[in-house]
Amino acid sequence: MSAEQRQAAVTGPEGGPAGAAGPAGAAGPAGLVGVAGPERLPDRSASETPAAPAGPAGPVGAALALMQRDLRVALRRPGDTLQPLGFFVVVTTLFPLALQPEMSLLRDIAPAALWVGALLASLLALDLLFREDAQDGTLEQLALCGQPLTGLLLAKTAVHWLLTGLPLVLIAPLAAGALGASGGAIPGILESLLLGTVTLSLIGAVGAGLTMGIKRNGSLLALLVLPLAVPVLIFGARATQLAIAGESLAAPLYLLGAMAVLAVTLAPWAVAAAVRIGLE
Amino acid sequence: MAWVWFHRFGSPPYLYRVAGRLTPWFAWPALVLCLTGVVWGLGFSPPDYRQGDGWRILLVHVPCAFLSMEVFVAMAISAAVGLIWRMKAAHAVAASCATLGASFTVVTLGTGMLWGKPMWGTYWAWDPRLTSELLLLFLYLGYIGLRSGFDDTARADRASAVLAIVGVVDVPIIYYSVVWWNSLHQGSKLIGEGGIAAPSMWVPVVITIVGFELYFIALLLIRVRGEILRRERNASWVAEALGLVPPAPPAVGSGSASAPISGPTAGPKPAAIHPAYRGSSPA
Repeated sequence: MSAEQRQAAVTGPEGGPAGAAGPAGAAGPAGLVGVAGPERLPDRSASETPAAPAGPAGPVGAALALMQRDLRVALRRPGDTLQPLGFFVVVTTLFPLALQPEMSLLRDIAPAALWVGALLASLLALDLLFREDAQDGTLEQLALCGQPLTGLLLAKTAVHWLLTGLPLVLIAPLAAGALGASGGAIPGILESLLLGTVTLSLIGAVGAGLTMGIKRNGSLLALLVLPLAVPVLIFGARATQLAIAGESLAAPLYLLGAMAVLAVTLAPWAVAAAVRIGLE
Repeated sequence: MAWVWFHRFGSPPYLYRVAGRLTPWFAWPALVLCLTGVVWGLGFSPPDYRQGDGWRILLVHVPCAFLSMEVFVAMAISAAVGLIWRMKAAHAVAASCATLGASFTVVTLGTGMLWGKPMWGTYWAWDPRLTSELLLLFLYLGYIGLRSGFDDTARADRASAVLAIVGVVDVPIIYYSVVWWNSLHQGSKLIGEGGIAAPSMWVPVVITIVGFELYFIALLLIRVRGEILRRERNASWVAEALGLVPPAPPAVGSGSASAPISGPTAGPKPAAIHPAYRGSSPA
């Protein structure tokens, strides 16, 4: 089927794909491929996704199948996934080079270096989130497959966080140690980055969805996402600062947690709306 | 039907006419109030005992600061209306709000910096309100940038509407996080103890606030008219409204110009467009 036909199939039911493919989705098997409508998923995905994934039926099953597929695709090309991680390490290395390598000074700027690095690395990683799937038509199939797009995109974002956010969290203690943080600060740094990167991934997913249909979107994406991510930066850096100083970081951690909950609850709707617009 | 008045605004020709009719009702009071407030504030109010003559900057700064935030909310509400009811006219209002809000934000920042130099001894301090105002400007710029990224107006409308709604949810979070991040400065109290106390000072400020609000509405109405014309440039009613066609046959002319709900006007074009107009329409 040609791209034009696919386009027509997407723009046809304005009210959303659920109306068009709902009955088939409800009756069909849980996986994505079986309910993808008259055409199959593109070759790459089809060969990598099991035809009928085992597991729970319905939206959860679809989301799990999608997560499995995304993980598999990403693990086939580990280089792409590791780039943001390398970027984070390089950025945090630049701070001591730009300043003086005095440990007391570095310890003061360590929270800023870690969080600005994490923010920029998560921004850089957003390119991986929707770009390819939008180009080869996978996202259109997801929108048409009869399962709620909100849940599917939440699953996609979760995998994206697993692949780009979590490694960053895990390597952060190393970077923090290089910047003069003591071992006692590590749990606090891990906790704050764990909560913060979840929110960053979700905010970033909204931005990535909105700019999906725009050709040169690099700086625009940054302009959209960075102001929205300021609260995470503020409280994340504050939590890290308190952790390095050896004080209680409960207050900023609670706020980071609240923001993460809010983002998990609300952002997927905005991502789904943005992706639907981007697919038209 | 209680909601007919609301759905009427979804019709671009109707909104175009109503906006044109309403503009002077906001523009003239705005001019009178702004002049009154400024002349009173600059000419007849005493200098403040701490701020000297510097408080007079507030005559412009405070109204613009109010508006910079209100316009964002107004933009988000009209964007949401456009997204929910698929109202093209509401999207036109949201699009018109963006540059106005960004301008008010720039003026707020500029006058705030001018005020800060004599008061705080520096143009820029990382004061919560300055910082959140700057972030608000970034949000406006992102909104404008996202709009300009799309070639297709309908897609730009909906994508930017999602951004405006996300932004309006995030603005209070940004504001309070910035306040808690650096809560060194005074609370936001304009009038009374800690602000400007004398009635001869706060009354002109209140007058300019009201005047600026009306000024914004008048500007918005004018911009909405321009935006509607840009979007509907190929519709026949535009040619008629601008007098670019000779009096159209009554069937077509009265039908599209005075029907309360004429629906999407970009549909099949009646053949009433004058050839001369068709040639001169912008690409």
